[in-house]
Amino acid sequence: MRRIDGGRDFESLVLPHLDAAYNLARWLVRDPAAAEDVVQGAVVRALTYFASFRGDNARGWFLQIVRNAAYASMKLDRGLRTVSLAAGDEPGATAPEPADPADDPENALLKARAHESLDRLLAALPVELRETIVLRELEELAYKDIAQITDVPIGTVMSRLWRARRLLAEAAQREAVT
Amino acid sequence: MTQRHNPGECEMTLLVQADFDGELDAAQAAALAAHRAECAICREATAALDRVRQALRARALYHRAPEALRARLMAQATPPRIAFARAAVWRRAAASFIAGGAVAAAVMLAVVPPGTPGIADQVFAGHLRALEPGHLEDVLSTDQHTVKPWFDGKLDFAPPVKDLKAEGFPLEGGRLDYLAGRRVAAMVYGRAKHVIDLYAWPEAGADATPTVLERDGYTLVRWRQNGMALWAVSDVERDQLVDFARRWQATP
Repeated sequence: MRRIDGGRDFESLVLPHLDAAYNLARWLVRDPAAAEDVVQGAVVRALTYFASFRGDNARGWFLQIVRNAAYASMKLDRGLRTVSLAAGDEPGATAPEPADPADDPENALLKARAHESLDRLLAALPVELRETIVLRELEELAYKDIAQITDVPIGTVMSRLWRARRLLAEAAQREAVT
Repeated sequence: MTQRHNPGECEMTLLVQADFDGELDAAQAAALAAHRAECAICREATAALDRVRQALRARALYHRAPEALRARLMAQATPPRIAFARAAVWRRAAASFIAGGAVAAAVMLAVVPPGTPGIADQVFAGHLRALEPGHLEDVLSTDQHTVKPWFDGKLDFAPPVKDLKAEGFPLEGGRLDYLAGRRVAAMVYGRAKHVIDLYAWPEAGADATPTVLERDGYTLVRWRQNGMALWAVSDVERDQLVDFARRWQATP
């Protein structure tokens, strides 16, 4: 018995994963108000389509909806690489910039942000690296769950994680010293 | 991780990362450990991975859902009236059991009628869910001084983490769960090859003696102590779970 607008679905499906949903949305859209809107939209969507949910990983399924809602909110097509090299990166203020194919955008990111703090560096990571490292290090999900949520093979999760960590390594070392 | 273009000069680097993330099975991990003993690149890669993890976790980068959002969403969801009404019946029944039985015996046996909803249902469901592979512990440690701080910042109360290893119930880890409309601490204890989940959350009221509930081969013992609701659930023998509850109560 599934009630589409029912409190039980909400309690069993959404409430336990609300923090995870908000954290993911917050790191994707990088703006508190926009993140709340994303989560709210995702909850409505999740409860509407819960009847069609077949599986045992409600968290992964819900986070996938949250991610899609966040991407829609950013008006980005899934998989589009965005690298922000803008000087100011106030939450929500960063406009996605197309990567220059002539340069390695991650190297450019490293150079441009050589002295950036770790959290600002994390916020500036290309979105596909950012979501992967957030799901791994902040949400502590397994590779297979991250692969499901971000809709890529596990091998891609591994290489994205590696790239994300490589980009954060220098700042991490610097902050460990200071 | 000092190389800028390649994931290290050693081809094992992604395996090092998988090991670091706990994704390798025991045999793979052992093979990698042997390799790492010989490979400075992989040793440094492990150290660098750990630096990033420590730095990320040391800073409060996790954004928890604001209370206002939670409240708004809860207001939006249709209240589960039927469940509430049945839960109230259950609470009254439980209260009368406690009132009537406390004088006669320290531990009472109540057989839960099939379909009784409420917190007991949620505790059983949470326990069964946790027994799915990979869901048992979020923090895996036999040391209460590791488990206790792990809950800090994840809960709005300090759960009473105790190790009962000397009594034959070693602490194996902890995790967060969601019961009774709130985040609760779940402590995982071992008993031979069985698992005991102990849920804890703040609950006003005087200390209450343990009550036993049984369902589908699982036993649940609930009591209240020092302002905490405590629910132990397991498939161990009823007497063993009662023994666990008593020893836990008696442990400072």
